[in-house]
Amino acid sequence: MSPKHILAVLLSVLASAALAGAALAADLAGLVANLTTGGFGEREAAITALAASGEQRAAPILDALAAGQLYVRKSDNLVLIGKPDGNQLSLTEAISGKAAGSGTEAELDRVRVNNRLRGVIEAAVGSLTLMSPNTKVRRDAAEALFKRRDASSLAALDAALAVEKDPRIKRAMSEARAASVLASDAPTAQKLDAIALVRERADRDSLGVLEATANSATDPEVKAAATAGASAVRQTLAAWEAAQNVWYGISLGSVLLLAAIGLAITFGTMGVINMAHGEMVMLGAYTTFVVQEIIRTSAPHLFDASLLIALPLAFVVAGGIGILIERGIIRFLYGRPLDTLLATWGLSLVLQQAVRSIFGSSNREVGAPSWMSGAFQLGQINVTYGRLWIVVFSLIVFATLILVLRKTPLGLYMRAVTQNRPMASAMGIRTPRVDALTFGLGSGIAGLAGVALSQIDNVSPNLGQGYIIDSFMVVVFGGVGNLFGTLIGALTLGVVNKFLEPYAGAVLGKILVLVFIILFIQRRPRGLFALKGRSVE
Amino acid sequence: MKFGSMMRTGLVAAGLLAGAAGSAFAQGAPIKVGILHSLSGTMAISETTLKDVMLMLIEEQNKKGGVLGRKLEAVVVDPASNWPLFAEKARELLQKDKVAAVFGCWTSVSRKSVLPVFEELNGILFYPVQYEGEESSRNVFYTGAAPNQQAIPAVDYLMANEKVQRWVLAGTDYVYPRTTNKILEAYLKLKGVKQEDILINYTPFGHSDWQSIVANIKKFGSAGKKTAVVSTINGDANVPFYKELGNQGIKAKDIPVVAFSVGEEELAGIDTKPLIGHLAAWNYFQSVKNPTNEAFIKTWQTFTKNPKRVTNDPMEAHVIGFNMWIEAVKKAGTTDADAVIDAMIGIAVPNLTGGLSAMMPNHHITKPVLIGEIQGNGQFDVVSSTALVLGDEWSDYLPDSKDLISDWRKPMSCGNFNVVTGKCGGKGK
Repeated sequence: MSPKHILAVLLSVLASAALAGAALAADLAGLVANLTTGGFGEREAAITALAASGEQRAAPILDALAAGQLYVRKSDNLVLIGKPDGNQLSLTEAISGKAAGSGTEAELDRVRVNNRLRGVIEAAVGSLTLMSPNTKVRRDAAEALFKRRDASSLAALDAALAVEKDPRIKRAMSEARAASVLASDAPTAQKLDAIALVRERADRDSLGVLEATANSATDPEVKAAATAGASAVRQTLAAWEAAQNVWYGISLGSVLLLAAIGLAITFGTMGVINMAHGEMVMLGAYTTFVVQEIIRTSAPHLFDASLLIALPLAFVVAGGIGILIERGIIRFLYGRPLDTLLATWGLSLVLQQAVRSIFGSSNREVGAPSWMSGAFQLGQINVTYGRLWIVVFSLIVFATLILVLRKTPLGLYMRAVTQNRPMASAMGIRTPRVDALTFGLGSGIAGLAGVALSQIDNVSPNLGQGYIIDSFMVVVFGGVGNLFGTLIGALTLGVVNKFLEPYAGAVLGKILVLVFIILFIQRRPRGLFALKGRSVE
Repeated sequence: MKFGSMMRTGLVAAGLLAGAAGSAFAQGAPIKVGILHSLSGTMAISETTLKDVMLMLIEEQNKKGGVLGRKLEAVVVDPASNWPLFAEKARELLQKDKVAAVFGCWTSVSRKSVLPVFEELNGILFYPVQYEGEESSRNVFYTGAAPNQQAIPAVDYLMANEKVQRWVLAGTDYVYPRTTNKILEAYLKLKGVKQEDILINYTPFGHSDWQSIVANIKKFGSAGKKTAVVSTINGDANVPFYKELGNQGIKAKDIPVVAFSVGEEELAGIDTKPLIGHLAAWNYFQSVKNPTNEAFIKTWQTFTKNPKRVTNDPMEAHVIGFNMWIEAVKKAGTTDADAVIDAMIGIAVPNLTGGLSAMMPNHHITKPVLIGEIQGNGQFDVVSSTALVLGDEWSDYLPDSKDLISDWRKPMSCGNFNVVTGKCGGKGK
């Protein structure tokens, strides 16, 4: 062959390679264009086609589509990926991945997706990212395919399994493969193996897979195995469920404890029927809101510390208002429980309306700092960090309060005054001052509770109303004047409530708890842990 | 008894005379419009906005010169989320202030509370909130959605698009969720859903600890069939409910939640990132793009001096109701209740979603039904919309009411005509 010929051959090879490349690009453009047109049904087909093309750019494009970040520019119909950047969107071209400046939402048409498409995309991206170098991505991909249980992902899973080294991911992939086998028309023996594998997983998702197989299987052997597997998984889950209910009960109990512990001071030891207690909680929550607003506008880097900053402030705000209430109203009403009840009830309405006038009637958003958001899995129990921290926080508050009452002079005076007022006064204790401080302490603790409750409930003027009845219930049930009674009372009511709720429903559950307390009080009028001795009289 | 009814007739007559004398005397004086929304108490969170939107509409109308050459004047009262007080305040508006029409109420129980007052004193009430149906009064115009304009299309959407086979009907324990769920249960069974695939759950008002209920939903949802939650949970309880869904990792693509009481206003208090994809069914979303809606949003944000203030479905209902009332007054040439009630039927005004809504003889209106998915910015993305649907006051799916119709045109003039017996006066009032 002459050099001329060789050159010609080379050229033609090059040309055909270039042509093939161009064809591929055009292909991708066509696939992407299909994504942006037609209804949801056609879009689903386009997604599957794009994923099957094996293109490098398919995964990022589909990810953007699922996140609602795929746009079509109105002026030139160019498909772009837009990531929010301040008020603007920073754009990249979907097909080439090149940066394309920035634009506003108004110049672009967002490509819409719905739930169903998001599921389809997740599975499609799952089979594309099974080979990703990132272990977490591979794991997520395997999980997504497990939930999706689609026979079409078998090939991708087999290929990935052949090269996977990490034993945990390998396990996740073989589970995903088993779920896919169950959805395919594989032979009975394979399906039985798959059922055994899925059954070992023993969580909610595997129960779903087994139930679905039991419902749809035509082969009696497979059907029987799936049914048996499902009931075995269900049994394991039932044990976990009981443990989970205990945890939920403790979590609810800690909330009740936080709300009630301040009342245990003002009502329990001082005997003031304080109907405005809930509003102190609400003031604490609004203090948190104000602190977060200030941090958001002037020092955003402090956001994670916002709750810690809010704690002392909430204590001071609620405690200060508590002292004002005691000095201004309650001290004139000692020994007249009915008048106190009415006065504090009126006061609670005044406080609610005041907050409504200042902050407006709608809910205020209090954000969760990063260390309080998210959850972790403890066996089959889902524990959220927020709830966990609230349990910890309520125990800290409780322990601190016990220490204050037992080990400080103020605590000594408080106990002296509540146990025998004339004698304490005769010993030179300024009882009115101690009254004011005690009431302030109780209110301040309610303020602390508000900071914690802002994380799980609405920050609205009505926040306190929801807790006042529960708080009284806890204090009366636990034994008036006994802090340990309040602790045990709160946890008992929490756990009982959570065990009743799944069977009796939330409404009937509440009623049953109320009836139980009424009967209990008939038997033991002084609650769980009655104070003994002279102070009772 | 007899004496009582005589007294009542006398009072009504006196009231009518006074009304007639008043309107004859007050030619050129402003026309009073009553606003009966709670500005304090539990419901203030939702109802205050509606009071503001009414004030804005009245101000806008006055800029255009009012109606019949007279200015409009708003009379605002505060029934304080207290149901009996609603009746008292309604009486005050009709008897003392002699308002030409009242725009108000949110909860069904407040509407039931004022209903006898409006019927006795022959007033006009525009009710802007989605409700359970099973009612039709000559004196009330229902501009919110009946169950067939919200709940049933939402269920249809989930069946068709997400292939849902198992249903959790979760609601707050009061009349609207209970009746709606009764209708939905009957409808689902008609569509072949088995009893064991329906879970009904009620919670008290303001329920805040959702841990075990959400866990229960999760458990119900792991039976190998696609599961969805239809939520009639009301007001404040929604925020902790959605937070708990996010906490327990229930994503919309696993178990979607479609809500009938969650709109832009309710989402304003939460981070919606974990909720993306959960659904709501309404007749209006702020994100609907058309010139009428954009102009309305702009006017509203200017009026409230808050460029981030959101709009929602009951606000649109008031816009439609108010514009219809203005048209009816123009058509009747008077604000006299009987004339306006007759003139209302057949009036069509533009709604904010780009179509025309018309008042039908059953005092309900025609509206499109939109299904929206929650977005990361607290707004909804419309994923499905229907043609105009007429509100069906007596549900076709309940045995008690399937034979009833309502037609307030003469000569029938009946709110509960039984088509089987051919008589007026079936069930209820």
